[in-house]
Amino acid sequence: MDQLLNDFSPGLFFMQAIILLILILLMRKFAWKPILNSLQDREDGIQDALKSAEEARKEMQNLQADNERILNEARAERDGMLKEARELKENLISEAKSEAKSEADKIVAQAQATIASEKKAAIAELKNQVAELSIEIAEKVVRKELSSKDKQLELVESMLGDVTLN
Amino acid sequence: MKVFQRSLKYATIVLLMLTGSVVCASSGDEQHRVGGNPIDTQEEINAYIKHHLQDSHDFTFYTNGETGTHYGFPLPVILWDGGIKTFMSSKFHHGETVAESGGSYYKLYHGKVYKTDAEGTITLDDHDHPTNTKPLDFSITKSVVGMLLAGLLMLLLFSALARGYKKGPIPSGFARVLEPLVIYVRDEIARPNIGENKYRKYMGFLLTVFFFIWILNLLGLTPLGFNVTGNIAVTVCLALFTFFIVQFSGNKEYWKHIFWMPGVPVPMKIILMPIEILGMLTKPFSLLIRLFANITAGHFVVMSLIALMITMKAVFGPVASTGMSLVLSLFISVIEILVAFLQAFIFTMLSSLFIGMAVAEHDHH
Repeated sequence: MDQLLNDFSPGLFFMQAIILLILILLMRKFAWKPILNSLQDREDGIQDALKSAEEARKEMQNLQADNERILNEARAERDGMLKEARELKENLISEAKSEAKSEADKIVAQAQATIASEKKAAIAELKNQVAELSIEIAEKVVRKELSSKDKQLELVESMLGDVTLN
Repeated sequence: MKVFQRSLKYATIVLLMLTGSVVCASSGDEQHRVGGNPIDTQEEINAYIKHHLQDSHDFTFYTNGETGTHYGFPLPVILWDGGIKTFMSSKFHHGETVAESGGSYYKLYHGKVYKTDAEGTITLDDHDHPTNTKPLDFSITKSVVGMLLAGLLMLLLFSALARGYKKGPIPSGFARVLEPLVIYVRDEIARPNIGENKYRKYMGFLLTVFFFIWILNLLGLTPLGFNVTGNIAVTVCLALFTFFIVQFSGNKEYWKHIFWMPGVPVPMKIILMPIEILGMLTKPFSLLIRLFANITAGHFVVMSLIALMITMKAVFGPVASTGMSLVLSLFISVIEILVAFLQAFIFTMLSSLFIGMAVAEHDHH
């Protein structure tokens, strides 16, 4: 302790105090203040940049979500339209088919009716002709049969025989 | 690459300046015979180390023991002895002769200036302390040169860093190394200890003290032979700065905790008061002793280990003793580089801790 006290130099102490004081003041003015201010500014700048980047990211996300939504809507609309079109097409086809069928049925029915009536007419004509032919034949046969007197008598007799029987 | 070139340029300039002054000085009037042999005994080595640890009035790089020639340069002596007396320390001739200035006579005795008569008589008391009057010594001693050098270095480096921000937010070159250090002091030392809202006011002091102590500690490890932070006057001054800053920034709560501790019974308050007052003083005291003791011990150990080369020569031979000394002093020097930072850190850390205690808001009361 004695040695320490002996070593203590008031002059050096004084010089040190002055130098340190001046140094602190100078350093504050020329170094620490501008350095710390710049550091602060830079850190604030970084903070701001990070914040705005975060905001931009969020906005981007929102936009993307919007896009997704719009896309989904569009897709759904397209799907709906496609479905509608398909239904329409099927309806059209089935309608056309049924119409065609009924038309065809009608035509067939008409044809059948026509055929039937033609057939009837043909049969009727045939019957008439057959009747005429048979009468002609019968006339010729009768004429031939009744060319002689005895044959005429014979017939009258047979007919009379039939009448009596009845 | 550019950074490297620029730092190379600086290094060359510094080197040129140093060698230039050495050459000037050695060609000047610095060559005197001290007489005697090279330092080789235990006592001489002890005295040499002790001499190194003390402040000095001239700058000596190398002393030729054979011829007693000192290589270095003198420093101005400024004395207050009923008026300012200034002369160069070369007048003392390393304590061998009496220096005359303005009709008064002064002599160096163990690194201190005493007022003497024309013959330079130093009278000693029972404890071998001179009874001669000591004039107030404001000389530009070796320590003051060291401080000025450190201050100049700091001003140059950090004002360059400050200027660098004008060009853009990211510093370039050597400033890129300094910036993290400033941020380190701010974010690891000041902010957590003083508090987010109040730390800015103390940054000037804390940063200056941190770099001042660190640079001076590192300068002490160079062969220039500074021992500034291992000087008790310097550490006392640094600690007093902290002490006054703490006392002047102490708020109501701080003083209340010292003089009338809240939350304890009255007799306890009375007992605690002197203890707290003592604590107020022991905090800076521990600061000044810690820095002083660490740096002084570091210098002592490094020099002693270097001296092993001489003291062990007789036992182990020159090669072994030199090798041993080299390895050990290299090892301790590396540790001292760490200690240089550590002590600057601890001093700043504790200073900000004490400031933080003085400005803290006690919400819980």
